[in-house]
Amino acid sequence: MAKVTFNIDRCKGCNLCVEACPKKILALSHDELNAKGFHPVEIIDESRCIGCGFCATMCPEAAITVEKEGRAEISAAMEKVLMKGNEAMAEAAIIAGCRFFFGYPITPQTEVAAYMAKRMLEVGGVNLQAESELAAISMVMGASSTGVRVMTSSSSPGISLMGEGISYLAGCDLPALLINVQRAGPGLGGIQPAQSDYFQATRSMAHGDFHIISLAPNSVQEMADLTMKAFDLADQYRMQVMILADAILGQMMEPVILRDAEKKKLPEKTWAVTGTGGRRKKNIINSLYLSVEELDKVNRERFARYKIVEEKETLFEEYMTDDAEIVMAAYGATSRICKNAIATARTKGIKVGLIRPITLWPFPKKAFQKVAQRAKAFLCVEMSMGQMIDDIRLAVGGSKRVAFCGRVGGMVPSPEEILEKLEQLNGGGVNA
Amino acid sequence: MSIVYERPKALSDVPIHYCPGCTHGIIHRLIAEILDQLNITDRTIGISPVGCSVMAYNYFECDMIEAAHGRAPAVATGVKRSKPECVVFTYQGDGDLAAIGMAETVHSAARGEKITIIFVNNAVYGMTGGQMAPTSLPGQITQTSPFGRDTKTTGYPIKVCELLSTLEGTYYAERVAVNSVKNIQNAKKAIQKAFVNQIEGKGLSIVEVLACCPTTWGLSPGKSMEWLQDNMIPYYPLGVYRDMGAKEGGAAR
Repeated sequence: MAKVTFNIDRCKGCNLCVEACPKKILALSHDELNAKGFHPVEIIDESRCIGCGFCATMCPEAAITVEKEGRAEISAAMEKVLMKGNEAMAEAAIIAGCRFFFGYPITPQTEVAAYMAKRMLEVGGVNLQAESELAAISMVMGASSTGVRVMTSSSSPGISLMGEGISYLAGCDLPALLINVQRAGPGLGGIQPAQSDYFQATRSMAHGDFHIISLAPNSVQEMADLTMKAFDLADQYRMQVMILADAILGQMMEPVILRDAEKKKLPEKTWAVTGTGGRRKKNIINSLYLSVEELDKVNRERFARYKIVEEKETLFEEYMTDDAEIVMAAYGATSRICKNAIATARTKGIKVGLIRPITLWPFPKKAFQKVAQRAKAFLCVEMSMGQMIDDIRLAVGGSKRVAFCGRVGGMVPSPEEILEKLEQLNGGGVNA
Repeated sequence: MSIVYERPKALSDVPIHYCPGCTHGIIHRLIAEILDQLNITDRTIGISPVGCSVMAYNYFECDMIEAAHGRAPAVATGVKRSKPECVVFTYQGDGDLAAIGMAETVHSAARGEKITIIFVNNAVYGMTGGQMAPTSLPGQITQTSPFGRDTKTTGYPIKVCELLSTLEGTYYAERVAVNSVKNIQNAKKAIQKAFVNQIEGKGLSIVEVLACCPTTWGLSPGKSMEWLQDNMIPYYPLGVYRDMGAKEGGAAR
């Protein structure tokens, strides 16, 4: 049982609470006017109120009081905060102990930098706006060399510029968190959401043989959780970890619980340059090897580490695949649209499920191989011309048809067009 | 008998890979001597560039990082910001600092990063075999200016000390040369000052060192020293270009 009360005379009819209400039980009054002459908000059906407090969180006038029965529930609700995805990643990084942020402004990730500009001051960290992404990633390299937790954030064209530094980080085995809030490309492209940097994140980040771990959240909560996890992974494996988000996730607001950082036992950074202090031999952070044998050896050692990451750290979500004849594949924001399409498809009798890779590298090959044994076909949905689809085809090895549904240029696939594809696949059988 | 000169302890006891007569060795040694004298080797972090001196990380006893081409001042920024108690220096050539890394150079100076930059200007890309550099002199013959640098098509050399001395964040900028004993002694004083400034928490200090590349200049080491004297110094006059310490009333050299 929850109760919402409004200070009617404070209300300016801005409609923000109405839009924020997940139950859609608020509306602006048609007939009434308050003392200020605004149509104030009213509650249509209080019995359906869940006491989430979103309306009060949004109200610029602080004119809403929300009450809810049950103390424990109230305190749990209090822990939830409404945040933009970009801000949730930034705050999660602070919780994970990151005190160094180097970046360069670019839409649609700028909220990360703006948030850090305030928060780093409060927590005594360093926030520095570099002169370019080239410089920002090199600053990351410098700070990481000293053993601290450090991050940068950018969007597609900026990540391309950072490619150089990321290759050096890989060659020096320096841990770092990289955020890519993807926008449409190529070139300057557009600032609308896209998933067209999948190849870049999983294959072609820059020159040389190396991988980075790519994490693909699909909610603001997961953006926070994966950011914290990313720092642990980076330190554990001396790797570069990317959060591959997109403009939808970065910009949207959702309630999020900011959990405390997990206290993982991580290897000591004996390799860091901190000044020898006269206690040890000097350390060199270096990616240059003129001896071919030595360079061969360090590359093989690095790939042995990658193999452990592939075995231990692959993450994915399986959704309604048990009886699925068609298995969809999508990551990030697109996966949410797919779940929507699944609900409708199931009412029409189409047996469809979803595999959502959470780690794009390492890619959950085995999950796809397993469902390929019983599924008739796959449908890969992306905001790209088809990039992850290659990994699915590699995983199932041509044993099953893998169809594609994608939108580009900042367009988002709709549940209806996904449904249409599913109906085609279902009706036409595997050869459709 | 007392020792007049001893190999500095901060200079690693290994053979260096530079060509005969290359002045990188002199400049390395001067830096190592300063690290010894100021007793800071154990809290110094050096950043080597891309170019002949990339392997400077093998020649100093302090912790070292190898940066991407031109990015040393940005890497140094990251190090200094996360380890302010450490002494951080970059060692960069003219291609690294004045071409591909010009933005990083200018902006680290504009921010007044508390770092020390040792800028080695030999007017040529040495490692790749002697191509035209941003500091190659007008008329200078290089692999990529075989008829002499033509300023009509390739523009003019960049005078780094003059350029950086226009920035408020630059605390100290001096140009020295290592082509004679006297000049080398002066160079050492300048490098010392650039490190002391950092230890005292001042802004960015840069020492531009005019240096020789006998191999790509096609001259003997001795003739190279003369060429530097006769051609480079007139174009790149030696001296202090900016010293905020002197303005504050400190002792200028």
